[in-house]
Amino acid sequence: MVMEYNPKIPTLRPYIDPDNQGFWDGVREHRLVIQKCKDCGLVIHRPRPMCPRCLSTEREWTPSMGKGVIYAYVNVIYQNAGYPGIKAPYSVVVVEITEGVRILANLYDIEPEGVRIGTPVEICFDDIADDLTLPKFKRLNS
Amino acid sequence: MFDEYLARRYRTTTRPKKEHYLVKDSAAIVGIGATEFSKDSGRSELQMVCEAVKAAVDDAGLQMEEIDGFVRFEMDYTDEMHICSSLGIPKLTYFAECGWGGGASCSTIVHAAAAIAAGVAECIVCYRGMNEASGRRYGRIPGTPSIMTAPRDHFGSILPFGHCTPPGWVAMFASRYLHEFDATAEDLAWVSVVCREHANRNPNAIFYDRPLTVQECVEARMIIEPLRLYDCCVDTDGAVAIIVASAEKAKKLKQKPAYIVGATQGNATEGELMTSYYRPVISGLPEAWYTGQELWRVTGAIPSDVNVAQFYDAFSPLIPMQLEEYGFCDRGKGMDFCRGGDRIRLGGELPCNTSGSHLSEAYLHGMNLIAEAVRQIRGTSTAQVKNAELSLVTGGLGIPTSAILLRN
Repeated sequence: MVMEYNPKIPTLRPYIDPDNQGFWDGVREHRLVIQKCKDCGLVIHRPRPMCPRCLSTEREWTPSMGKGVIYAYVNVIYQNAGYPGIKAPYSVVVVEITEGVRILANLYDIEPEGVRIGTPVEICFDDIADDLTLPKFKRLNS
Repeated sequence: MFDEYLARRYRTTTRPKKEHYLVKDSAAIVGIGATEFSKDSGRSELQMVCEAVKAAVDDAGLQMEEIDGFVRFEMDYTDEMHICSSLGIPKLTYFAECGWGGGASCSTIVHAAAAIAAGVAECIVCYRGMNEASGRRYGRIPGTPSIMTAPRDHFGSILPFGHCTPPGWVAMFASRYLHEFDATAEDLAWVSVVCREHANRNPNAIFYDRPLTVQECVEARMIIEPLRLYDCCVDTDGAVAIIVASAEKAKKLKQKPAYIVGATQGNATEGELMTSYYRPVISGLPEAWYTGQELWRVTGAIPSDVNVAQFYDAFSPLIPMQLEEYGFCDRGKGMDFCRGGDRIRLGGELPCNTSGSHLSEAYLHGMNLIAEAVRQIRGTSTAQVKNAELSLVTGGLGIPTSAILLRN
């Protein structure tokens, strides 16, 4: 595992509200689901109460293949500029998945020096603590 | 929804009529004041703000009782109620606050100028004070829940991944910008080097006596890749106050007025607080583009009319990106504009950030940039542009932002 967590400094938790609950419920069950408008079919991320295209509040959670490419990334090198509970260096990536939306997460099996824009990746899930699972990306077919 | 931005079109037909824009020339910046800029002020933010306001009132030649309005940053730890008690200001008839971190800088002037144009107040203080270097640094997560870990959907979607500080948030845009336009660390270094050259002329700048070379920039330690040490602004303790008064009152005061030709704000869809990574394109700053388009519309000016500019530079990539968004060059050409530094340094086609700005003077959330723009109009900058007639300032990026255009 690339990322090293300090158990004495708890990893910050996602804030779960009625609009994003489906996403985080999916993550806990190791499934990537994306908000989809029931009326016009628009696939939306980040979750929100209304479809920005047709203004419908009818939405559902559609399963994603979780495959895509690294669209942008940063490598946290200087510990004080990162989170103290995660040992630097570590990467944060924005991945464009095939369903057409982007997901922010960490990398699971790519060291910071090996990260490149355009690298094909797929979703995986990391059970950080009993009550916390985070989505991460690993090399495609690794 | 992004069609206008991506196609670089702006539907002016949907805007209020230009002649209804009452702000133009109806107010002016009449006073500027600041504390020293340091790494450890040794005093409260409230004290520094009071000192800066007093300095601005003295600079303007006003009496304290003449202040009738305040505009604060939503992020500031001080407020007009306590400031008035310390400064003996008897009453206010107008007070407002502006959101979005450094995006609030020129927004404070928007509010002040609009209130003055509407006749709600006549003499308004806009200010920012922070012990950002020694005290509660909002960009640092101390390991326990703090102000940045407010339990909101947005923070809850980035903090678990350790994506928790402004350099990281901006580095994500920068990675895309450098990738799409084939720019290098050396290209970026020129931005920091030119700001430093200007700071080396400014005795009030934190880096006044510290020259900087391109070599030093590219060899400096990496903070959050792709941003290195000198790509990041200098954390500062200090306060800056700006006083806006009606044009009529400005004529009777001590200083040459810096008239507000236009003051505009901009928000763009699919935004998040510095993590708007879900838009069709993230190598640009649509908020800045909208703010700029509105500024050119209401003022009737065009970018080539501007004599000197203070671009908000919390991080170096933001200057080339803004050169594009405000229309000083084509998209993707901002880095070319900065390379070698000749076009952006004093004596160049568009002298930028003439006090040394956030990268080298001080990081006062944009308010020290407004003070420098005023000095350029007065003719008192330490890197003075000869006969500067139009002086531009922009607000913080990656968030809803703002800009002002001043004239002599």
